[in-house]
Amino acid sequence: MAAPEIDIKYVAHLARLSLSPDEEKKLGAQLDGILGYIEKLKELDVAGVEPTAHAVPMVNVTRADEIHPSLPHDDALRNAPAKANGLFIVPKIVE
Amino acid sequence: MKSSMLNQLTISELAAKLAKREVSAREAMQSCLDQIQRVDGKIHAFISHDDRDALTQADAADKLLSQGGRGASHPLLGVPVAVKDVLAVKNQPLNCGSKILGKFISPYDATVVEKLKAAGAIVFGRLNMDEFAMGSSTENSAFGITRNPWDAERIPGGSSGGSAAAVAADECLAALGTDTGGSIRQPAALCGCVGLKPTYGRVSRYGLVAFASSLDQIGTFTKNVRDTATMLGVIAGDDARDSTSVPQPVPDYGAALTGDVRGLKLGLPKEYMIGGLEAEVKAAVDAAVKQFERLGAEIVEISLPHTDYAVATYYIIATAEASANLARFDGIRYGARVDGNDPVELYSRTRGAGFGPEVKRRVILGTYVLSSGYYDAYYLRAQKVRTLIRGDFLKAFEKVDAIVTPTSPTAAFKIGEKSDDPLQMYLSDIFTISCNLAGICGISVPCGFTKSPKLPIGLQLLGKPFGEETLLKIARAYEMNTAWHKQRPVLPA
Repeated sequence: MAAPEIDIKYVAHLARLSLSPDEEKKLGAQLDGILGYIEKLKELDVAGVEPTAHAVPMVNVTRADEIHPSLPHDDALRNAPAKANGLFIVPKIVE
Repeated sequence: MKSSMLNQLTISELAAKLAKREVSAREAMQSCLDQIQRVDGKIHAFISHDDRDALTQADAADKLLSQGGRGASHPLLGVPVAVKDVLAVKNQPLNCGSKILGKFISPYDATVVEKLKAAGAIVFGRLNMDEFAMGSSTENSAFGITRNPWDAERIPGGSSGGSAAAVAADECLAALGTDTGGSIRQPAALCGCVGLKPTYGRVSRYGLVAFASSLDQIGTFTKNVRDTATMLGVIAGDDARDSTSVPQPVPDYGAALTGDVRGLKLGLPKEYMIGGLEAEVKAAVDAAVKQFERLGAEIVEISLPHTDYAVATYYIIATAEASANLARFDGIRYGARVDGNDPVELYSRTRGAGFGPEVKRRVILGTYVLSSGYYDAYYLRAQKVRTLIRGDFLKAFEKVDAIVTPTSPTAAFKIGEKSDDPLQMYLSDIFTISCNLAGICGISVPCGFTKSPKLPIGLQLLGKPFGEETLLKIARAYEMNTAWHKQRPVLPA
């Protein structure tokens, strides 16, 4: 059973990942190979099997809605590539 | 013992000498730094190390020791422990083996780092790794490769290759690594040290840069199992800051090291002794199994019928989770940035420039399997197969106390041998990968060497969820009756 071919340009855009034409070609071929291997999961009958999101027997772990100290403002900004006035600088989002 | 050889000690040996004031923490730390100076130019286990900070911590440890130490509450007082570059250490660089984090300095300590420091350890160094923990050879680091201390033309394993190499080469007394599909156990096997992946939820992931959130676990590299027990006792425990950590009490792991395995049942999965398993690896594991029989354990053949589907399942789930976790590296709040005319262009260019090929491969694959139209066929299906895989193990553990397997189908392969064929690289994780999917614990201990060249072979033991005590008991029994773990590579003087 052949795997559908990956539309690498489309997926790269979804992943916000810019690829060179060379990378697109190479990655596309490697991923098609990997997807071909992964097709073997379709051999299994999973009817009635519950999915496991993670292997730990815990759900809805929450704490009381109380204010606790968190990362100080300056520390949060320390590694910013561009900052001013206590804010992260970003390119214009809305015209 | 010459102070220049303190780096060769185990944690218990050094702790004993420090407690008796025979040596100082500064001498021990200096001994590690001298070894790094001697060998790391070739091995490159460390991306960086802050010597001044390490010696300052050593001096602080010496001060506490001179005041009588703290005994049981500081089991690692004065012990140099190095850290994989994926864990946050306050005011130290954090790069995850990648260019995309630029000059990032951690604003806080990971919980495990806090715990190590509270136990008195000297936490130092940034150990090399495959970028964002994605890889099995440490060839994917943006900071250069790490070489196997036993043979410089071979890989140390990955993704925690730096951690394994540093311990094997006596550059530190222990190291932290992380394991998502085998990234502690496999390099431990390939470098001849002890590598433990605790049960998922045993150790807090707060301060660990996430690769696959349902699979990642922080664990230990040590020279012997006794040291593993000491380290696990320090880093284990639930944490309010990690909602996936489990409120299971932390037992005295040292008390489990009785060496008595009489009556314990060890499972041998018939699906694991397959083609692709190197003859010398099979022979070493077979010999280890006979050793367990001599020690009074009962060997039981078991079946893990969904073994063949584990690698495919992993590479859907892990890449899907990775694609979500790595979305945060966008050049806005931290790290390197490549500008663009609009945010999308900025993100794409930043990520295109900052991520290496393996990361890109996995992010694209993960994005694809989660995308509309493919989610059910891939991700949801993989999660169901995960249930079947976990079921295999839980069923087996009704019959046996632990499972015995080779850690890796081969000993260390040559640098560059598999780097052109990602699928080949993925398939080499076959024995370690199911453990993370099933959420159980696993350890690799040295069990022999290949003949020529002399390369370490690892034995893997898999235990029930929160079954680390039994795992350590069995591993320790093996270690008490063999001497593999005492051998060290011959390193340039």
